[in-house]
Amino acid sequence: MAISREDVLHVAALAQLELSEDEIVRLTEQLNDILAAVGKVSELDLSDVPPTSHPLSVVNVFRPDVARPSLPLDDAFANAPERDGDLFRVPPTGAAEESVG
Amino acid sequence: MPEWEAVIGLEIHTQLKTRTKMFCSCEAGFGGEPNTRTCPVCLAFPGALPVPNETAVEWTIKLGHALNCRVAEHAVFHRKNYFYPDNPKGYQISQYDEPLCIEGSFVVPGPDGDSEVRIVRAHLEEDAAKTIHVGGATGRIVGSAHSNVDFNRGGTPLVEIVTQPDLRSAEQAKRFLQLLRQTIVELGVSDAEMEKGTLRADANISVREVGEAGYRTRTELKNMNSFNHIARGIDAEIRRQIETWESGGEVVQETLDYEVKSDTVTPRRRKEEADDYLYFPEPDLVPLKPPADLVERLRTEVPELPGARIRRFEKEYELPYYDAEVLNGSAALAALYEQVALEGIDAKAASNVLMNDFVATGVDPAAVDGAELAKLIAARATIPRESFTRALIESGDPDFRAETYLGDTLVADTAELEPLVERVLADNPGQVAAYKGGKDGLLGFFVGQVMKETQGKADPKVVNELLRAKLA
Ligand SMILES: [Zn+2]
Repeated sequence: MAISREDVLHVAALAQLELSEDEIVRLTEQLNDILAAVGKVSELDLSDVPPTSHPLSVVNVFRPDVARPSLPLDDAFANAPERDGDLFRVPPTGAAEESVG
Repeated sequence: MPEWEAVIGLEIHTQLKTRTKMFCSCEAGFGGEPNTRTCPVCLAFPGALPVPNETAVEWTIKLGHALNCRVAEHAVFHRKNYFYPDNPKGYQISQYDEPLCIEGSFVVPGPDGDSEVRIVRAHLEEDAAKTIHVGGATGRIVGSAHSNVDFNRGGTPLVEIVTQPDLRSAEQAKRFLQLLRQTIVELGVSDAEMEKGTLRADANISVREVGEAGYRTRTELKNMNSFNHIARGIDAEIRRQIETWESGGEVVQETLDYEVKSDTVTPRRRKEEADDYLYFPEPDLVPLKPPADLVERLRTEVPELPGARIRRFEKEYELPYYDAEVLNGSAALAALYEQVALEGIDAKAASNVLMNDFVATGVDPAAVDGAELAKLIAARATIPRESFTRALIESGDPDFRAETYLGDTLVADTAELEPLVERVLADNPGQVAAYKGGKDGLLGFFVGQVMKETQGKADPKVVNELLRAKLA
């Protein structure tokens, strides 16, 4: 499966990235190289191996429903580009994208 | 004109009332000053790792049982990628093709039989933060000067329930949601309050001609925050779609908002490509493999649910459907009814008192001693109306005893009432003269005086008779 120029533009749009012509060409190439490298795996016969999403065989890792202290406000805001009182200030929302459930 | 029918499926989100969030130990739930319930995980600081809340997973399985779902032997969390400020990671941890609970059904009893709604899935995910839109001429999202985010809600466990398109009217959808809400509340896993946003519902709606096979294009209706708005919103959209088809137009797949004021639906701005969430398994979380004994234990923890209880009330107490439904409006009212009925008093009479007089008092049914209430109901014909009402109002007090009021019998004894009647007449010579002069309406005045003397305990019929005899 090769990555087309359209694929790159589609992913860029989803990621809200504006790419220059050079970048589009370069990223299309690089993504194809990466895919080809990973694709090596498909040279093996893996028909007996179940698909796995995880390198670990561990399952059911949980924590108990017990509250621990949250961050002090100033720490929570330490990396925020903009702060409006006790709230994170962000650019106006409601453009093309919207929240999902 | 063809006859149309609606095809409706619902997508319900209910916020679990766990003490902490889904993937971090921040306190969950209503309240808290803005952004005081945040941490590196729910603010998505680089390197922070999520760990699932065990209680949230168990409650989702429990809810799955209540929906007659199969609990998956292997379930996985996925990343659902999208950009929006209410979602600091750039993805929501959700479930995709391996959800916790699958293929269930939910039965909604009604006066004319059951209607069954198939459940596609019930999965666990995390809620988004709260975005507050500031400024802007209209206060609407578009044109706002900027937005502010409070991350307290971000990361709260959320169960998403998806139904098959088995509902055929707005009213049916509303009834389904109301019973589902009550079921969730009685399971004790969520407050499920639409006003507070802990229960939310979106509707997928299409219409087709009766008898037509397959489905036509559907739309998704959002932004409805009460059961009545849901019913009205769905009705408005059904009307719009029928008009569109009948006028030769075509319904297009889109997301719509219900506008309460105008009772109309308006399309949301088209979101380009945003439906491509590039789901992939969350690499920071290991799979869930609910052990069979846990799944079984959780099944036994599911109490009798309101839908089944309505049918049992009809049978066991031989009540009309309407009574059974009203009495099951809350688990506490249903339990009180059963306590009262167990005392052997007339089941329908007890139902009437509970549905009408008792509910009107606003007393918490959970606070009432059913045996005492039964005594009161059994004696209701022999005690004055006022005493009965007062007793009901006080029935929630811990030291409420019916016998306090049973002494309030109606006084019908002529020997006891006669001197009272004579005194009232003697005290009001002017009125007596006026009555005898033809002012018949004054009889009521005398009755009132006697009732006052007896604090309402006199049997009005006997008083009337006595007065007429004395005044003749
Ligand atoms: Zn947190």
